[in-house]
Amino acid sequence: MRQSKLARRFVIAVPNIWLILFFMVPFLVVLKISLAEPRIAIPPYSPLWDWVDGSIKFNINFENYAYMWEDTLYINAYLSSIKIAATSTLLTLLVGYPMAYTIARAPEPRRSILLLLVVLPFWTSFLLRVYAWIGILKTKGILNAVLLWSGIIDEPLIILQTDIAVYIGIVYTYLPFLILPLYANLVKLDDTLLEASRDLGASRISSFFRITLPLSMPGIIAGSMLVFIPVLGEYVIPALLGGPDTLMIGKVLWNEYFSNRDWPVASAVAIVMLIIMLIPIMILRRAQTKGAEI
Amino acid sequence: MKLRFTPIMALFGFIFLYGPIVSLVIYSFNKSKLVTVWGGWSTKWYAELFANEQIMSAAWLSLKIGVISASVATVFGTMMAMVLVRFKKVRGRGLMGGMITGPLVMPDVIIGLSLLLLFVAMQSLIGWPAGRGLTTILIAHITFNMAFVTVVVQSRLSDMDDSIEEAALDLGASPTRVFFDITLPMITPALISGWLLAFTLSLDDLVISSFVSGPGATTLPMVIFSKVRLGVSPDINALASLIVLAVSIGIIISALLMRKKPR
Repeated sequence: MRQSKLARRFVIAVPNIWLILFFMVPFLVVLKISLAEPRIAIPPYSPLWDWVDGSIKFNINFENYAYMWEDTLYINAYLSSIKIAATSTLLTLLVGYPMAYTIARAPEPRRSILLLLVVLPFWTSFLLRVYAWIGILKTKGILNAVLLWSGIIDEPLIILQTDIAVYIGIVYTYLPFLILPLYANLVKLDDTLLEASRDLGASRISSFFRITLPLSMPGIIAGSMLVFIPVLGEYVIPALLGGPDTLMIGKVLWNEYFSNRDWPVASAVAIVMLIIMLIPIMILRRAQTKGAEI
Repeated sequence: MKLRFTPIMALFGFIFLYGPIVSLVIYSFNKSKLVTVWGGWSTKWYAELFANEQIMSAAWLSLKIGVISASVATVFGTMMAMVLVRFKKVRGRGLMGGMITGPLVMPDVIIGLSLLLLFVAMQSLIGWPAGRGLTTILIAHITFNMAFVTVVVQSRLSDMDDSIEEAALDLGASPTRVFFDITLPMITPALISGWLLAFTLSLDDLVISSFVSGPGATTLPMVIFSKVRLGVSPDINALASLIVLAVSIGIIISALLMRKKPR
């Protein structure tokens, strides 16, 4: 029995110590460095505390945060990220809801195949799927070639390196994240409710808005948050498909670290980003526990 | 017969999902470098791909990182899932659940930056890890991968009937024996899909690797990214087609295996 107790402790300890060390502690380090001063050294920030004559001396400074507040670049980047994330979540929902609905209502063998078809692209490289859109959207790309050839447009559309390309890229790559929780919710919908409402004379559209939509709310919220939260900090899609004007905070953080080498400001950007994300993460966790109850 | 709106929308959705992938495969066989010009069928981009030493060595490094990190993450993730589902009396489940959801939704730039800063602080404090490269990429990949494995195994464990395990315990088998003789065989499919998911995610990661990597450790996504930033490059199309081929073969095999053994 003693041996199994030891085994039990081992099973609890290993993954938890790993996660505390490599997931929780790093955030404290980020918080610490966001309060330090940048300097030209290795590592390129000042220590937060010093031992001076046997007593500890703290050097906490909020200048990195003050700097972010004063320079409009950062505030604009946060606002623009929230705008892009919200808009693309809505667009993903518009594309994903009919798909999740159709899959959930399909008869069994077909349902599994359709669901598999939604998940499949996820297994091929995300980076390469974003890259595929460059060839489609660029001025001399496939889309413009088709539209010019069919005579719908006379001059090529400029889509690549605009926000529209970023929206397309986000909807494309995050679609499965929205469809899966929504499908899991819609598939549990009781058919008899819809039949009853149809028998009582409600139109198809009215039954949808008064029964299906409200009942699928937990799925909608969970799926939307699974798109909204990671998109807030997205880097690859705006970097590849967006233009120089596409302002997103993930790109700002990347440049702050890789181009400006300013670690304290990059850390401050990350901390504010985390604070902004707390609300949607809480909404997600509530939707997930609620969804589990139904 | 009324034209149904939703299935048509869904059809467009599926075209939207697959169109770009199909275009990559088709244009990987295009002799011309331009997307708008069809220069005839050719496999020259494949030859160029295999001749590119930078891509080949990066692919080898990425495969190594993928296999190692997916395997370690599968072990750790299974342990975590056991703790969350089977160890009923453990304290701090809320925190554990949070530590598992965290890496799933947290943007890559934050995970990458925070791990990098941790590694730098650790190096100046205890001298390990010395420099950045393979080790630091592995640690980072294991961390986010184990969260995904935990979720996959967790859902399998909670769907599973635990009465067989309880019966074995009542009959005097040790918990360790019960795990290896009963639980493990029953969750093997979940372990395989968890491993595959972790492997795929590891092979695909650009942002976190870029932060925690050092000179000399360039992974495949890092090479791809630096190439495609400058525009379309046909040898990357060839690479993408090979990945699509590998994934398709994998899916067909797993579909055949599942058909053979209906649960």
